[in-house]
Amino acid sequence: MSTVELLGKQEYKYGFVTDIESDVIPRGLTEDTIRLIVAKKNEPEWMLEFRLKAYRHWLTMTEPKHWPNISYPEINYQDVIYYSAPKRKATKASLDEVDPELLRTFEKLGIPLTEQKQLAGVAVDAVFDSVSVATTYKEKLKKHGVIFCSFTEAIREYPDLVRKYLGSVVPTNDNFFAALNSAVFSDGSFCFIPRGVRCPMELSTYFRINNSESGQFERTLIIAEEGAYVSYLEGCTAPKFDKNQLHAAVVELVALDDAQIKYSTVQNWYAGDEKGVGGIYNFVTKRGKCAGRNSKISWTQVETGSAITWKYPSCILQGDNSIGEFYSVALTNHAQQADTGTKMIHLGKNTRSTIISKGIAAGKSNNSYRGLVKVMPKAENSRNYTQCDSMLIGSNSGANTFPYIEVMNNTSSVEHEASTSKISEEQLFYLQQRGISQEDAVSLIINGFCKDVFLQLPMEFAVEAQRLLGMKLEGSVG
Amino acid sequence: MVTEITKLENSYEEAFRTLQGRSKNSRGSWLPHLREKAMERFAELGFPSVKDEEWKYTNVAPIARIDFRPLLLADAVAPGSDANRLADFTCAEAAQSQLVFVNGVLRGDLSSLTALPEEVVAIDLSQALTNPGYSEIAREHLARYADYVANGFTALNTAFVDGGAFVYLPKSVTVKAPLHLLFISDGNRLATFPRVLIVAEENASATLIESYASTSDADYFTNAVVEVVLKDGARLEHYKVQRESAQAFHIATTMAELGPNTSYDATAITFGAALSRHDIHVTMDHEGAECWVDGLYLVTGNQHTDTHSVIDHRKPHCTSHQLYKGILDGKSRAVFNGKIFVRHDAQKTDALQTNKNLLLSNEARVDTKPQLEILADDVKCAHGAAVGQIDQDELFYLETRGIHHDLARNLLTYGFAEEVIGKIKIDSIRAELDEAVLNRLNARLEA
Repeated sequence: MSTVELLGKQEYKYGFVTDIESDVIPRGLTEDTIRLIVAKKNEPEWMLEFRLKAYRHWLTMTEPKHWPNISYPEINYQDVIYYSAPKRKATKASLDEVDPELLRTFEKLGIPLTEQKQLAGVAVDAVFDSVSVATTYKEKLKKHGVIFCSFTEAIREYPDLVRKYLGSVVPTNDNFFAALNSAVFSDGSFCFIPRGVRCPMELSTYFRINNSESGQFERTLIIAEEGAYVSYLEGCTAPKFDKNQLHAAVVELVALDDAQIKYSTVQNWYAGDEKGVGGIYNFVTKRGKCAGRNSKISWTQVETGSAITWKYPSCILQGDNSIGEFYSVALTNHAQQADTGTKMIHLGKNTRSTIISKGIAAGKSNNSYRGLVKVMPKAENSRNYTQCDSMLIGSNSGANTFPYIEVMNNTSSVEHEASTSKISEEQLFYLQQRGISQEDAVSLIINGFCKDVFLQLPMEFAVEAQRLLGMKLEGSVG
Repeated sequence: MVTEITKLENSYEEAFRTLQGRSKNSRGSWLPHLREKAMERFAELGFPSVKDEEWKYTNVAPIARIDFRPLLLADAVAPGSDANRLADFTCAEAAQSQLVFVNGVLRGDLSSLTALPEEVVAIDLSQALTNPGYSEIAREHLARYADYVANGFTALNTAFVDGGAFVYLPKSVTVKAPLHLLFISDGNRLATFPRVLIVAEENASATLIESYASTSDADYFTNAVVEVVLKDGARLEHYKVQRESAQAFHIATTMAELGPNTSYDATAITFGAALSRHDIHVTMDHEGAECWVDGLYLVTGNQHTDTHSVIDHRKPHCTSHQLYKGILDGKSRAVFNGKIFVRHDAQKTDALQTNKNLLLSNEARVDTKPQLEILADDVKCAHGAAVGQIDQDELFYLETRGIHHDLARNLLTYGFAEEVIGKIKIDSIRAELDEAVLNRLNARLEA
């Protein structure tokens, strides 16, 4: 570990571009753009109103550039393409009608959409640029009463549900990027688990950005009714471009009485090259509301990609005895910047939250944890435990911790612990003298460092995440 | 709020002009020039608002709203505070080594420095500025560390630099007796701007007590700035004891600049004032420095206290320790923001920061934000923050031993405070603070 070099040998293997004809609208954003999107998607009047309201509010807002610990050149919002869809998109009764080129793309990404080829039963909704191209296992889920479909379909088929919950957790005027998303979001996933149903399989959405100049603005809405349970996975990749692309998603979760939602993300957007050219700006608003008593929302995220990550998956603990959890591994290498963390807002009595965050910064990257724990006066006997550990690899990276703790009653207890360290020379030496190569030893130690979080991931994801970390760090220790 | 601030600036402006007019020609041109620049800056900055991230949880509008009169040295009438009334605030160990300021004016009749070694200088700042022996030292260091460009309060203090304390510790001197700087205020609607400059030369060592108190319950405003400069191997123990009146506003800034292999041990005790804010900033720009930045705040009623600390590790092999504890009762509110910066070059840094808060009442509120920003990889840094109530198990254990519930609570609370008070090495101050904590707790028992 005496000399630390950044070789970055490993290529980003999802960096290919799919050559597919797309239906692209002109760049720029005006009320007409929104009307065009609405027309293209055949949306009802209330959606247009929702979008316009968000757009008008967005115009009055300023980009949150001063408080996050990130920096990037000015984004020209008029130079973004707000809608891009692969052509030949008729309504798809079955997967046979999906463009084979698209199927091949997802196959290449390791996401087989043909159901026969599925491994363990995981239902997938695949989103390509602005639209959802396929959703698997829909019929099987329907038998259990679970609705899992693209957002466009949900607006068409289940308008009452969408209207009731859309914007109920993240209002259109919540923040700059959420407002932008509300105005122009093109598609995403919708998921509804009715009362008392335990969703029989893992649900997942796979996001793919293909167009070099379009932004991706997707929306996810998950509703778990009384006593329902669902585990949801999200994966993301994008091709390599020299230009930065904007990804501003909104995820809303609603858990009613006794419901549980487990939301896992493995984010591997293209991170740009060693010099920081290109890569995705990942400006995402994710929030869950534990609306009912005894409900539980658990966020697990493994953030390895994106040039910039600005993301704070949060829980509003409204119901009494509700539980919020946040498990995060954020790895930054080269010139990546991450400002990520969570917000736990305790409103109900006996609410509990746990935050475990592991940050690893290598290369010239900057990795910040920013988290808020707020205990309101009525949230009696609430508890929070926060642990944030950072690991620095090489002396050119930075690790920061910005916890905000606000407590407004005296029956609650909040604990925060944080530490920063580097990989212990002794551990490395010990592994190496057992014949383990230095790179493998580092990977092993890092995986141990992140174990608390990986244990929370569904099995296939955990394996994937471990592999991803090893790959991302390859060549960073010399 | 904006209009109120404007009004206030105008009233300060008038006093400022009087001060500037008087000091013309008297002591070189650099001081009036410095004041002028600081006043200009204050006019631009005004008082901070809650929109400023550094002032997010503390609203200083009440200070802006009241029309405080800045007291100028030459106007000072000898106030009625006599030695007997000060007895509560003086300390036995420093009876022969104290400087007493009443409403910002150094009172020779109440001060005594006979216990200090001859070569040690502790004089009024305004004297130091005119004394050819010290004016160069003052000029070299004054306002160099406390940045009036960024902070409105520091700008205002700098604009009124006049009286205060100048302490100079020559090379290798060891001062046994603690030097006590006692600032007493008792005038209604009075604004004072205490300014302290401490320069410790190589291997000098001393103990400083900086205390603020009131003999009345006046609603005055104290805006203090203390600059500490430690050269190679110097050591300073620094106690700040704030027992202002319950109506008072107390804004204080401590800036410490640590040289190589220095040791700076700061402890800030906060009991008083309706609204208090302490900014403490320790810069370690040389190898081998070590600092302790500890504190205890004990507030009740509608008190509001805010501590912002910055420990800036700029060079390798420096160590910092920080422990801040808070006890909150009534509807009081406490804010803690502790930043630790570890710069790119500061390898082998060891930094530990802890903030613990005990809420005795359901209406008290704490906002804490410990913050680490680390740019070097070979470091050991950790921080922790906790907010909670008294441990029920501990309480139960004491009760099973026949100790009354309320008494048991007080005992545990006292034990919580003791961790900070216990480290104070001056017996009389420690005893006094112990007593003050117990009195507060007992008052609670009787209520």
